[in-house]
Amino acid sequence: MFNTASSAPVATPSSGARKARLTSNQRPKWLVPAVGVASIVVGAALSALVGFNVALWAVFAAVLFLVAATLAVSLVEGPRNGADSLVTYLVYTAFVLAVVPLISVIWTVLANGLPGLNANLLLTSMNGVTGATDNAAVAGEAPVLGGAYHAIVGTVSITFWATLMSVPIGLLTAIYLVEYSKGAWLGRSITFFVDVMTGIPSIVAGLFAAALFGLLFGPSTRFGFVAAVALTVLMIPTVVKNTEEMLKIVPNELREASYALGVRKWRTITKVVIPTAISGIASGVTLAIARVIGETAPLLVTAGFATSINWNSFSGWMTTLPTYIYYQILTPTSPTNPDPSLQRAWAAALILIVIVMLLNLIARLVARAFAPKTAGR
Amino acid sequence: MSTTVTTKEPASGIRRAAAGGQAGDSVFSALSLGAGVLILAVLAAVAVFLSLQALPTFRAPAEEISGGAGFFSYIWPLVIGTVVAALIALVIATPLGILVALYISHYAPARIAKPVGYIIDLLAAIPSVVYGAWGTTVLASSLVPFYTWAAEHLGFIPIFSGPASQTGKTMFTAGIVLAIMVLPIITAMSREIFIQTPKLHEEAALALGATRWEMIRMTVLPFARPGIISSVMLALGRALGETMAVALVLSSGPLMASLIQSGNQTIAAEIALNFPEAYGLRLSELIAAGLILFLITLVVNMIARAIIARYKEFSGAN
Repeated sequence: MFNTASSAPVATPSSGARKARLTSNQRPKWLVPAVGVASIVVGAALSALVGFNVALWAVFAAVLFLVAATLAVSLVEGPRNGADSLVTYLVYTAFVLAVVPLISVIWTVLANGLPGLNANLLLTSMNGVTGATDNAAVAGEAPVLGGAYHAIVGTVSITFWATLMSVPIGLLTAIYLVEYSKGAWLGRSITFFVDVMTGIPSIVAGLFAAALFGLLFGPSTRFGFVAAVALTVLMIPTVVKNTEEMLKIVPNELREASYALGVRKWRTITKVVIPTAISGIASGVTLAIARVIGETAPLLVTAGFATSINWNSFSGWMTTLPTYIYYQILTPTSPTNPDPSLQRAWAAALILIVIVMLLNLIARLVARAFAPKTAGR
Repeated sequence: MSTTVTTKEPASGIRRAAAGGQAGDSVFSALSLGAGVLILAVLAAVAVFLSLQALPTFRAPAEEISGGAGFFSYIWPLVIGTVVAALIALVIATPLGILVALYISHYAPARIAKPVGYIIDLLAAIPSVVYGAWGTTVLASSLVPFYTWAAEHLGFIPIFSGPASQTGKTMFTAGIVLAIMVLPIITAMSREIFIQTPKLHEEAALALGATRWEMIRMTVLPFARPGIISSVMLALGRALGETMAVALVLSSGPLMASLIQSGNQTIAAEIALNFPEAYGLRLSELIAAGLILFLITLVVNMIARAIIARYKEFSGAN
């Protein structure tokens, strides 16, 4: 089949030598699509031989196409163009491969999460929900009870404290780096260590908070604020990096104009520099919140696990959405009938993803709506 | 005369603003300096408090440590498991991430490139616990046929030796989930650098008759090599420390060569799974494991950052 494909363009059209010269060593338009169709057909046949399934079919078809199309193009246009088209097809394949899991994840969360998303989930906690309740639900005697309200409460309060701590620290550090340090060794080392801090594994941040409060209040101290400290460690570098970028693109002319009017430096910063960059800073903070709100590991070791509503971050265990999902999957409320737990977990995952996506969207909208009015970059 | 009167008002306003603080100036600069120093202090505190809490483990007699043979023999299978999981992730994610970055920077039409960048960022925004849940329910079971096939036909290679796990909750699955999670890091960073390739180099290559791939190989990749290396190092740091994907996906066990049986464990997942019930020496042991993980990722990240810093000096970019 591929031989006919490659020999076809050699047959010169009779309309004239000029056209033949221009199109010689050029693949005809139909060549690659034809190879594609052939690969799909042959791939189907091959996968049917082994035992048909769609994934196998896709893999066979893709491999066949990569090999065959490269060969066909090489034969017509020479090996250099062959290599070129191979890479082109690889790039497109890689893109598809990268998008497939994303679609699969979102599809799974939607398909499993939507049935469980109801007022019960949003407005009740797991207080009093036992294995017996879930067994009854599976037997059809009662609706699936229990919800994630306490987890939403925990997520909101822990994230609130983390934001409250990390934003001032991050903001002031960024101001120091951009406005004060001027490339001094301290500024350079802070930049370096903030970068390094970005790479701290989230569980290590959790262990740090646990170790710190363990020394202060005795081992196994767990309440919401400990988790907030852990999240602060993770959030600070993101806030610093984003704010730094934003402050850097504030044009120097604005600062100089302010200084020329005799305004002090701290006034210049608070009245001129920060208002100019505020939209970027706000969107950076939103992105940082979106990053830590989905953290699970540090909360496992710092906030414990609760089944009832707890608004107080300074005493008692707390549950957040990620730990709620984790425990509902790993230790279902009713070990014999895990389905209600899984349903609650997926619905909570859907809520979590919606929150994260909304935060990302808000960040983009904020950044776009009030983009710094500069010719900065 | 009247002009001086009119200019007097704003001038005095400014003077009032300016007078609003010699003190303010020094307070503000001290505050921002303090915040910067606080960050350094926090990083130091992480190391110090972890070390303090880990101390009992290093002092305890060997037979009291889990496994009964001392801390070293407890930790090294976990370290190897951590490294293996991260390596699987990198082997899959590096070529894929670079190709996707090339797609965005050089192949996709400009109209598509931007939304695709957003899509890749979305991939990064999904919380890790959701990836873990997806990996354990969807991915693990759909990989079982492949594992069975690999155990039958490739079983002579140690990493594919059977019998294959029938749940699919193996190291290999965990590695794939990790790969999906670090892919956006590699793609986003590589894309940034691919875009910065000097346009003149690219056009010169094309003008000399290079195909698009030859142009990329001769101008884009050499220019971006340090950036690619550092993005891979950062992805490695992330993969080493990632907890939830492994904790949920892997059905853990002792260290073994086969990646398609249940078994193996990583440091982060070991901590997450055992910390909530731990007390006394066990608590200290897990914190010591965390300290080791911290040191490993610290080294990896410092190397990555050093490469980036050196590269910045040479490139003139930024």
